[in-house]
Amino acid sequence: MGKLIVKEKEVVVPGEDLAEGMDYLPGDGCYRDKEKVRAGRLGLVKIGGRLIKLLPLSGKYLPKKNDIIIGKVIEIAMMGWRIDTNSAYSAMLPLRDATSEYIARGANLSQYYSIGDYVVAKVTNVTSQNLVDLTMKGPGLFKLKPGRIIKVQPSKVPRIIGKSGSMVGMIKDATNSKIMVGQNGIAWIDASPEMELVVVDAIRMIEKYSHIDGLTDKVKEFLDKAVKKDGK
Amino acid sequence: MTKLLKRMVNKMVYKRKDRKENETRPIEAKVGVIKNADGSAMFKIGKTTALAAVYGPRDLYPRFLSDPTKGILRVSYVMMPFAGAGDRVRPGPNRRSREIALVTEQALMPVIDLSEFPNSVVDVVIELPQTDAGTRCAGICAAAMALADAGIKMKDLISSVAVGCLNGTPVVDLSKEEEDLEGENADVPMAVISGSGEVTLLQLDGEVEKEHLLRAIEMGKEACKKIYDIQKNALKKKYGVEK
Repeated sequence: MGKLIVKEKEVVVPGEDLAEGMDYLPGDGCYRDKEKVRAGRLGLVKIGGRLIKLLPLSGKYLPKKNDIIIGKVIEIAMMGWRIDTNSAYSAMLPLRDATSEYIARGANLSQYYSIGDYVVAKVTNVTSQNLVDLTMKGPGLFKLKPGRIIKVQPSKVPRIIGKSGSMVGMIKDATNSKIMVGQNGIAWIDASPEMELVVVDAIRMIEKYSHIDGLTDKVKEFLDKAVKKDGK
Repeated sequence: MTKLLKRMVNKMVYKRKDRKENETRPIEAKVGVIKNADGSAMFKIGKTTALAAVYGPRDLYPRFLSDPTKGILRVSYVMMPFAGAGDRVRPGPNRRSREIALVTEQALMPVIDLSEFPNSVVDVVIELPQTDAGTRCAGICAAAMALADAGIKMKDLISSVAVGCLNGTPVVDLSKEEEDLEGENADVPMAVISGSGEVTLLQLDGEVEKEHLLRAIEMGKEACKKIYDIQKNALKKKYGVEK
C-alpha cells in the first residue's frame, strides 16, 4: 500500500517526494522516479483520489487554443498585427480575422489597431513551434479603451474570475467598474480613480490569498470597508 | 634553506581554528529579492554573496542560437567591481567569468526541462556583490532557487559547495584565506542533484591524493544535503501561507 508524504495544499519545491508506492499517480507537474512520485516544479499540492497534481504558483503563460487573452499591439506587418501575449511568444493577428469591417487594399492598418493598443483576442491555433494565431471575430472580442493594465499571475486567473465570474462580478458591482481578465494574466480596469485603486488592491489580495478557504468572504469584507471609506 | 622550510610547511597538517573540517560557513538564503525578475534568489555563504535573477522563458535574440526542439538556458556570471579583496574587478565578461557561466549552465541543465518552450531562452543572471571564495558554488545555489521561483519545470534542485584538501586535510567550503595557503592544496568546486546525489559539476585546481579527494567529495555531498534543506526552506518561506 502506498504512502502519501505531503498534505493537500502544501507548498513543495522541485524534487520533493510526494508519495511512495505505485498506488499514486503523477499528474500535472509531477513525475515518477521508480517507486516515488516527486515534484517536477514549485507548486501547491492537489490530491484527487490517487492522482497527485501540482498547481503552479509562478511561471509564464503558455498559449493554449481557445483561450481569451489580452494582448498589446507591438508591430504592424503587411498582412496583420503582431501582438505581445505576456508569454515567451508573440502572436499574429491576421487581417482576415482582425475585424468584421471591410479593410480596403492598401488601407492604413493603424486606423484599426495601432501600436500600443490593447485588444481582447482569442487564440485560434498554436503550432508545435508555439507560433500563435489570434482572432478578433467573435462575441466579447474587441479593442480596449484607455484604462489601467495590471499583470497578475496567470495561474491565479481562474481564482480572480471565480466560479462563472462570481469573484470579478462582485468587485465590479462593489466598485462600479469594468474589468477584463485575460487568461494570460493581463487585467484591464476601467473605473473612477479612487475605485481603480480599490480594484487593484482587491485583485492583489486574491492573488496573495488564492489558496485559502473563505476567500470570497474575505474579499467582500475588504471591498465593503474600502468602498465605504471612499464614500465618506 | 628555503627548500627545507617549504618542505616543513608541507609536512604541517592543516587544522581549522574557527570551525570543523566538515562544517560550512554560516549560510543565509532568501527567495524573491528582485521583484522585477520572474524569479530571483540570494545565497550567502560566509562573506560570499550571490544574487541570481531569472528572466523568461522569453524571445531569443540572436535567432540563430535558438533550438526548435526546446528552450535554451543562458547564464551570465558577473563579479561586481568592488566585490573582491579590494582590487577593482573590471566589469564585463572575461575569460574567467565566461568559463564559470559555462560550467554553471552545465551544472543546472540536467535538472531543467524546457521542452515546452521551443525557440525561447531562459536568462539567468548571477551577480556577486561580495566574494570570499566559492563564488561559482554560491552562484549555482542561488540560480537553482531562482529557477524554481520562476516556475521553470525542474526535476530537482541543485546544491553546490567547494571542497578541498589543505596539506592532506580534506575540508569543506574553503575561504579565500584557505585557498591561498602555501603548500600542497586543492580546491574542488562541486554541485550535486539533491535527490539522487549525482554530481553535475566537479572541477579541480591544485594537487591532491586520490584518497583525500574521495574523502573530500563525500564530505561535500554531506554538506550539500544541509545546503539543500536551507534552499528548500527559503523557497517555502516565500510561498508560505500567511493567515
